[in-house]
Amino acid sequence: MTTPLRSLFDFNGGVKPDYHKDASTRLSIGVLSAPTEVPTELVIPLHQSIGGTPRPIVAVGEQVKKGQRIGDADGDVSSAVHASTSGTVSAIEMRRMPHPSGLSSLCVVLETDGRDEWIACQAFDHKLATPQEIRDYLRDCGVVGLGGAVFPTHLKLNADRQGGIETLIINGAECEPYITCDDMLMRERANDIVRGVVLMREILGAKQVRIGIEDNKPEAIAAMQVAVGDCGDDLQVVVVPTRYPAGGAKQLIRVITGIEVPHGKRSIDYDVQCFNVATALAIYEAIGLGRPLISRIVTVAGNVDAPRNFDVLIGTPIKKIIAACSPLPDTNRLIMGGPMMGVEMPGDEVPVVKATNCILLGSNKIFPPPAPEMPCIRCGECALACPADLQPLELYWFSRAKIFGKAQEYHLFDCIECGCCSYVCPSNIPLVDYYRFAKSEIWAREKEKSLADEARDRFEFRQFRDVRDEQEKSARLAARAAAAAAAKQLATTDTVAIPNTEASTEANEKAALIAAAIARAREQQVTATPQNMQQLSAEQLAEISAIEARRAEIREQAKPHLPPDA
Amino acid sequence: MFEAILVMSVGAIVLGAALGYAAVKFRVEGDPLVEKIDAILPQTQCGQCSFPGCKPYAQAIARGEAEINQCPPGGEDGIRKLADLLGREFKPLSAEHGIEKPKAVAVIDEQTCIGCTLCIQACPVDAIVGAAKQMHTIIAEQCTGCELCLPPCPVDCITMETLHETVETWKWKYPVVTLHPAANLQ
Repeated sequence: MTTPLRSLFDFNGGVKPDYHKDASTRLSIGVLSAPTEVPTELVIPLHQSIGGTPRPIVAVGEQVKKGQRIGDADGDVSSAVHASTSGTVSAIEMRRMPHPSGLSSLCVVLETDGRDEWIACQAFDHKLATPQEIRDYLRDCGVVGLGGAVFPTHLKLNADRQGGIETLIINGAECEPYITCDDMLMRERANDIVRGVVLMREILGAKQVRIGIEDNKPEAIAAMQVAVGDCGDDLQVVVVPTRYPAGGAKQLIRVITGIEVPHGKRSIDYDVQCFNVATALAIYEAIGLGRPLISRIVTVAGNVDAPRNFDVLIGTPIKKIIAACSPLPDTNRLIMGGPMMGVEMPGDEVPVVKATNCILLGSNKIFPPPAPEMPCIRCGECALACPADLQPLELYWFSRAKIFGKAQEYHLFDCIECGCCSYVCPSNIPLVDYYRFAKSEIWAREKEKSLADEARDRFEFRQFRDVRDEQEKSARLAARAAAAAAAKQLATTDTVAIPNTEASTEANEKAALIAAAIARAREQQVTATPQNMQQLSAEQLAEISAIEARRAEIREQAKPHLPPDA
Repeated sequence: MFEAILVMSVGAIVLGAALGYAAVKFRVEGDPLVEKIDAILPQTQCGQCSFPGCKPYAQAIARGEAEINQCPPGGEDGIRKLADLLGREFKPLSAEHGIEKPKAVAVIDEQTCIGCTLCIQACPVDAIVGAAKQMHTIIAEQCTGCELCLPPCPVDCITMETLHETVETWKWKYPVVTLHPAANLQ
C-alpha cells in the first residue's frame, strides 16, 4: 500500500542534535535470551511500571517456569511481573535498582536452570472477552508502555468506549540520539508489530491508524510498509520529519493529527491514543501467543567498539550485555536512556527492566563534562526550543528560588523533560535538573499534605466519636433509670407513698436498679443447671454434692466475722 | 450648623446599618486564621506543644497565647512558614518541647503484644487495629509518628522505626554548581 499524500502538522521548538544512530544498526538484533546465553542469575525487580508495587507470589526455593507470574499487580494501576526464564527463586530481597538514586527495591532473584522451559502458553480470544477481561488479562501479562514511560497499557487500551476512538497512533519515531531499538524492531519484526497494531485497533475500535516513523529510518519505513501491505487492513505508515522530540506522544499527535492536547487534558479526550511500536509487539505476544512481557530490545551504544541491539531478558545484569559490545577502557559512566533524557546508573550490576530502552556508555571524549553554569541572561533560546510551549526561563527562576506555587502556575508539570532547553542554553544551565528537583519536591509536599489532611480527618472523627459515645452512654443510662423508676412507681403506688424530694428519688432508683439486678442474677443462678450434669450416675451426683457442701463450708469460714450489731 | 449635623448623622446611620447588615449576612464561620495555621501544622496530634492536638495549638497561636516554635514535628520549616503567615520573627525550636527527629512510624512487636488495647485508646488518629486479648498492629501509612502509644504499653512492645528513603520517595536533589579550580592563566 502506498502512502497517500497527506499534510502533516508541526510542533513548535525542538532541536536537531547529532543522531549517532548508524553504528548500532549495522548488526542485526543480537539474541541474549537464547538458552545458552541466559546468565546464571536474574534479578527481577517487582516495581517496573508506574503505579503500585506488585506483591511477590512465589516463595524462596520455588521452581518457576519461563513466563510464570511471580508478582501480582497491586490494584488497577499496576502491572504484573513474570519469570524471564525457568529456574529456582533463590531470594526475594532488596537489590540496587537502575535508578539515579542508587537505592534498592524488592526484587525476585532467580537462579536459572538453563532449560528455558516455557509455561503452557495459550492465545487469548479478545473477541469473546469483555472489556474488563481484556484489561485484566493485559495487566496480568505485565504489558506496559515500552517507549520509556512504562505506563500500564491495560489502562490505555480501553474497549469500553462507546463508538471507539478516532485515531490510533503507533509511535515509531524514536527521536533520541543513539537509541535504535525501535528502529531495529521495525526492520526485523514488522509483521508481528502490525499484528499487534491490528489487535489494538480491534480492541479500541479505532477508525484510522497511523504509524509515525521519522524519515531518518528508511529501512524501518520500507519494512513497515511491506508488512502493512501484507496485512490487508487499512493502516497507514506516516513519515514524519526528523526533529527531536518528534517521538514525544503529544508532539507526534500534533504532527500527525494537528491536535494540540492542552494542559490538564489527555489525548483520549480528543479521541486519539498513542502507543509505542514495541508495546504493539508486546500486545501481539500477549494476546496472539499468550506470552507475557519477559524480554525487550535494548540498544547498547556510546563508548563501545561494537554498538548493537540485543533482545534481552528482563532481569539480566547490564554488565552482561555491555560485555558483549566490548566497551572501551575510558568509559566513566553508564546512562539508561539517551543522552538527552537518560539518567545515570549507580553501577553495572543493576538489571535490565521494562523501561531500559538503551544503555549508553559515556566517556569524557564523547560527553565532555558540562561547562560551568553561568547566570541566565534571559536570551529566550530555551523558550524557542521548548516543544511543550512553556517558558523554561521562568520555570528555571521559580524552581531555583523554590517558589513552587509560581512554577506550577507556569505549568511545570507539562514539561516532558526532553532537555531541549538545556541543549540550547548558552549559559550551560542544567535546566532539566532544576525542573526535576522542583517536580519531586512538589510531589513530596503534596503527598505530605494529603497525609496530614487524612490524619486531621481521623483525629477529628475520633474526637467526634468520643463525644458521641459519651452522650449515647449517658442517654442510655438515663433511659434505663427512668424505665426502672416507672416500674417501681407502678409496683408501689398502692402500698408506699413515693418520697417527693429529687435526691431520694435518685437514691431509690439506684437501689431499685441494684435490687432488680440482684434478683435477676439469683433467678438465673437457680434456673441454670450445668449442662454436663444431666447424665450422671447417682454416685457421681453424691460426690458433687459432697464437694458443694465442702465449698459452702469454706465460704462460710472465709466470711469476715462481723460484730453482731453491724 | 444643624443641617451639617443632620447630614453627618444620617450618613452615619446609613453606613452603620449597611455595615451591621454585612456583618450578619457575610459572617465568616470559625476563624480563618486558625484554619490557615492548622494547615501548616503537621497533624501528628502528638501534644508535644503542650496542647491537646494540632487544632488547639493553632487556636492558641491565633489568640497570641502560644509561641510559634513549639512544634517539633513541624520542624524549622514549619516555624518559618508560621512566621511568614503571621508576620512574626523566626525563632529556633524551643528545646523544652522537644527536638526535631526524622519521620518515624511505630511498630508493634507482635510476639510480645498481650492485647491490652491501651495503645489503641492512646492513638489519636485510630491507626492501631486490634481487640482485647487479640494481637494489635499498626497501619504504617496512617501512623503519624506521635509516639503517644509508647508510654501506655505495659510490655514495651512498641518501637519507633525511622522511615528510610525508597526509590518511590526519593527526590531529585537541588542542582549544585560544582566548583572547578581556575585555569592557570599566564
